[in-house]
Formats: sequence, structure tokens, C-alpha cells
Amino acid sequence: MNKKKVYPQWFLVIPLLLYVGFFLLPSLLGVFYSFTDWGRNTPRDGLHTVGLQNYIDIFTSNKNYASGIVNTLKFTVISNIVKIIPALFLAIILYEGLKGMGVYRTIFYLPSIIPFVIIGIVFTSVLNYKNGLLNTALEAIGLGVLKQKWLSDLGVVWTSIFMVDAWRGIGYVMTIFMTGLSTIDRSYYEAAKVDGANFWQRLWHVTLPMMRGAIMINLVFGVTYGLKVFDIVYVLTNGGPGHATEVITTYSFQLYGAGQYGMATAFNSILLLITAVIGIVIVRVMSRKGAA
Amino acid sequence: MKLPNNRIHKKRIRLETVLKQLLCIFLSVLVLAPMFLVIINSFKTKNESARMNLSFPKEWLFSNYADVFQKADLLTGFLNSLIYALVSTTVGVLLCAMAAYVLSRKRTKINNFIYYFLICGLFFPVNYITLVRVFQWLNLNNTRFGIILVFTSAMIPFCIFTIYSFVETVPRELDEAAVIDGAGPVTLFFQVILPLLKPTLITCFVLQFMGVWNDFLTPLYMSSTSKLFPMTMSVYQFFGRNGSYWNYVFADIVLTIIPVLVVYGIGQRYIIGGATAGAVKG
Repeated sequence: MNKKKVYPQWFLVIPLLLYVGFFLLPSLLGVFYSFTDWGRNTPRDGLHTVGLQNYIDIFTSNKNYASGIVNTLKFTVISNIVKIIPALFLAIILYEGLKGMGVYRTIFYLPSIIPFVIIGIVFTSVLNYKNGLLNTALEAIGLGVLKQKWLSDLGVVWTSIFMVDAWRGIGYVMTIFMTGLSTIDRSYYEAAKVDGANFWQRLWHVTLPMMRGAIMINLVFGVTYGLKVFDIVYVLTNGGPGHATEVITTYSFQLYGAGQYGMATAFNSILLLITAVIGIVIVRVMSRKGAA
Repeated sequence: MKLPNNRIHKKRIRLETVLKQLLCIFLSVLVLAPMFLVIINSFKTKNESARMNLSFPKEWLFSNYADVFQKADLLTGFLNSLIYALVSTTVGVLLCAMAAYVLSRKRTKINNFIYYFLICGLFFPVNYITLVRVFQWLNLNNTRFGIILVFTSAMIPFCIFTIYSFVETVPRELDEAAVIDGAGPVTLFFQVILPLLKPTLITCFVLQFMGVWNDFLTPLYMSSTSKLFPMTMSVYQFFGRNGSYWNYVFADIVLTIIPVLVVYGIGQRYIIGGATAGAVKG
């Protein structure tokens, strides 16, 4: 069979063009512009290269831009820990055959199909200090001491963001784990039980190694989501109070709005670099697995 | 000898089950309470809804929905979202099916490179600032066509990744049989292969449709007139203008979510298994 004729190469043309033109090219162009003073005034003043000035500004200016990068990394790590670990145990609990498993699964998954913007708006109400559902509920069960200014107190604002993010994401992560669990042969557990293995031993020696695929998927989705996070921060706190919860994408959007395009693309290029490094590592691992 | 031991064991299991049930019920309440809050408050008066509690409205104001429908210009938002999601997803999934099929069937060095080159896009962020620039050059800025192009381009890595692994499950003997029967490459793909890819295509379609419907960042950068706003943007704008009218805001939210729920309801069984099964099994 003539492969050239049967599988025409032109099937690839349009997706490749779109991908290169509207995905890759803008990113590379962004790297170029990050070394310039590109901005709202460029049509009048012309474009000038400024070397590393934008990057130097990010790391040295008194506007605390660097904290946006630290916060992005912090969000990526913590938001994944608070989702993945509870989701794993929930998946195991449900999968072991709890009554009502199907209903719980649907309920837990529900938040992840709602737009972030809407979740953000709803939780500005839930987390409202005076009338919000959370503080009211805490008071009602006698835990009024735990009441907080969830979205304006520097000490708890990150906790609030992680809570809302977990509220949306745990069910999704859990569902992927459940798919992973369903691929494990039950006989492994029976053998482990015969050997007298307890819950933790079974988890460590059977469940986790057999779920490498599901863990990998959750990490890949979780990490890329975390690094690119925008919606939830933008709607819940808009980077505030002050600049306490700014991430790379919110700074970039602000600088774009202020007409400092060069600076904004510098931020995007830093994000591109971080995701590229992580992405290349992951694709390497994946392609090695494919070759084996 | 064994009996008492067994009874203790049974008791422990029963206690465990009760605790697990309690945990799941508690978590379900945590998930459902905010949703209930939204629905119940969307029927209240402005003052009543400002208290943001879970009590039933004194008087059910169904008219809130009619008010919002006019005030928020929901129809424009709805139609825009529908056009963006439907067109970009249909075109994107179809194009990716064609490409993933060739990449999977004809694994030359160059095609393997192209595959991993496309997959890298799973990780990269879209640089909207320069994308706006590119669109200005092409005169696509602030057009529906442009926004659709952005969505289609952005879903390519995910769709290729998902469909590629599924194509392997379609036996090659089918291709050979069709070719012997005299089918050309286009007939072979559209009449023999494509129908067999249906499960994964639906998975991609549903996930990407919801992804586009829920997306906020793309229209935030790419549309500067309200005529082009999808529902997420119009809800956000509406919230900005009418932040103190929680009854309207919540009614607006309910109307925005309904289409997503419908698509989810229809495509539910394809989403979870299909999206991940291939990769999870490794």
C-alpha cells in the first residue's frame, strides 16, 4: 500500500498553519517585543530596542513585579497539593463502593463545568464579610471566632483563593483518579490483603504505582493550569488587596491596559520560558514512554 | 474462636461506612450550598437578596429573569457564545481529526516531530498581546472570525493529543480493505475512519465546547466592543455595573450556566472516560 497516497500530508496543513500563525508566532514575537519599548506611544515615537531593560525593571523596580512570578509558582504548587491529595482519597473512598457513589461523583464534578468568572462572582458573595454565606454559617455553628475578611485581609486572602480553586477543581481531579482506579486489576488488592497489607501499604505499593498515568495527567493539567491562572484571581481579588495576590498574567494584563506592551510581553515571555522548561521535560518523559 | 473477632471487624467496617457517608454528605453540601444560594436569591427582591442568605424568598419574583434578559442583553451574549463555541469547536475537531489520523498512520521522522511540536502547545500560554498585533496586521481585530480563529488554534494541541492515541485503536486492515475496494484517501477518511472515531470526537467536542463557552481571557483581550462579547464577558460587565443587585446578578448567572449544563448533560458519558482513558492506561 502506498502510504504517501493513502495518508495525504495536506491533511496537516491547516492545523499547522493555525497553530504556528496564531499560537506559536505570537509567543515568539512576544519574546522579540520584550526587548523593546513597544507601547501605546510607539506609532508616534517609533520602536526602540532596550535590551534587557524590561526584565531588569521586573526584578528591580519598587513595584514588586517579581512577587507576581513568586506568587504564580506558589499558586501552582499549593493549589495542586490541596486538590490532588484530597481528591485521591475521595476517589479511593468512592471507588471502594460507597452507596450513592454515582450521585456523589456527579455532584463533586459539577463545579468544574461552571465558568471561573461566574464562580468568582458567586464567591465574592459567599466570602462577603458582613452577610456572606461562609461567615454566617460559621457563626451559626458557634465558630464565629473563625470569621474573616476573606478577600481583603492579607493573612487569609490566599487561603480564600485556594479554597475557591479547590471547590471548583477537586471533583475534576477525583474523576481522573477514579478512571485510573478502574484500570487496576482487583486481584492485586486481594493478593495484598492475603499478605496482610494494611490500607497505607496497599496505597503505597499497589494503588500509587498502578496509577502513574492518572497522576501524570493530573500533574500536567494541574501545573499548566496553575502557571497560566488568571480568571479566578482576576475576578476574586483583581490582584489585591494592594498587590498581594498578583500573578504573572494579571500583571501582564494590567501593563497591557496601561499601554506598556513591551513590559507586558516580557512577563509573558517569562511565563513562556517557565512553561517551556516544564513542558519539554514532560514531553521527553512521554516520548520515551512511547518509544519503549 | 473466630466469631468475636469477626464481629468486631464487621462493626468497624460499619462505622467506617457511616463516617465515609457523613464525609461525602458534608462535601456535597459544601458543593451545593453556593449553587442553591444563587438559585434561591435570583427570585428575591434587591433588598432581600442583599442579605445573601439561604432562606426562601418572601415572594417569588420570576420577573427578575425577564428583567435581566433585557437589561443584560443576554441574547447577544448567548448568540456570540454559541457561534464561537459551535464553529470553532466543529472546525477545530474536524481539522485535528484529519491531522491526527495522518500523524498516527504515517509515522515518518518528520511526522513524529510535527506531533511533538504540536503537543508542546499543551503547555504554552497564548500571548494575547502580540496576538492582537498579528490580528491588526491581518485586519482581523475585533471580528467574530478572528475570535473563532483564536479558539480553534488554541484547541489544536489538546485535540491532536486526544485523537492521536485513539486512531491507534482503529485497525489498519480497514484502510487496506477500503483501498483495495478503490476508495481514495478522502473517501477512506471521511467514510471509513471518521465514523469510527466518533467517541473521541464527541469527547473533544464537548470538552472544547465547554472550554470555549467558559473562556474569559480571550474575549477580554480580543473584543473591545460589547457587540462581540460572549456570555462570560457580558455577565462580568453586568456584575460590574449592577454589583448591588444580587438578585439580577444571580438570575443572569443561572441563565448563563444553563447551556453549559445542557451540553454537559448530553455529553456527560463521553467526557470523563474518553478524555483520559487513553492516557491513564498509558
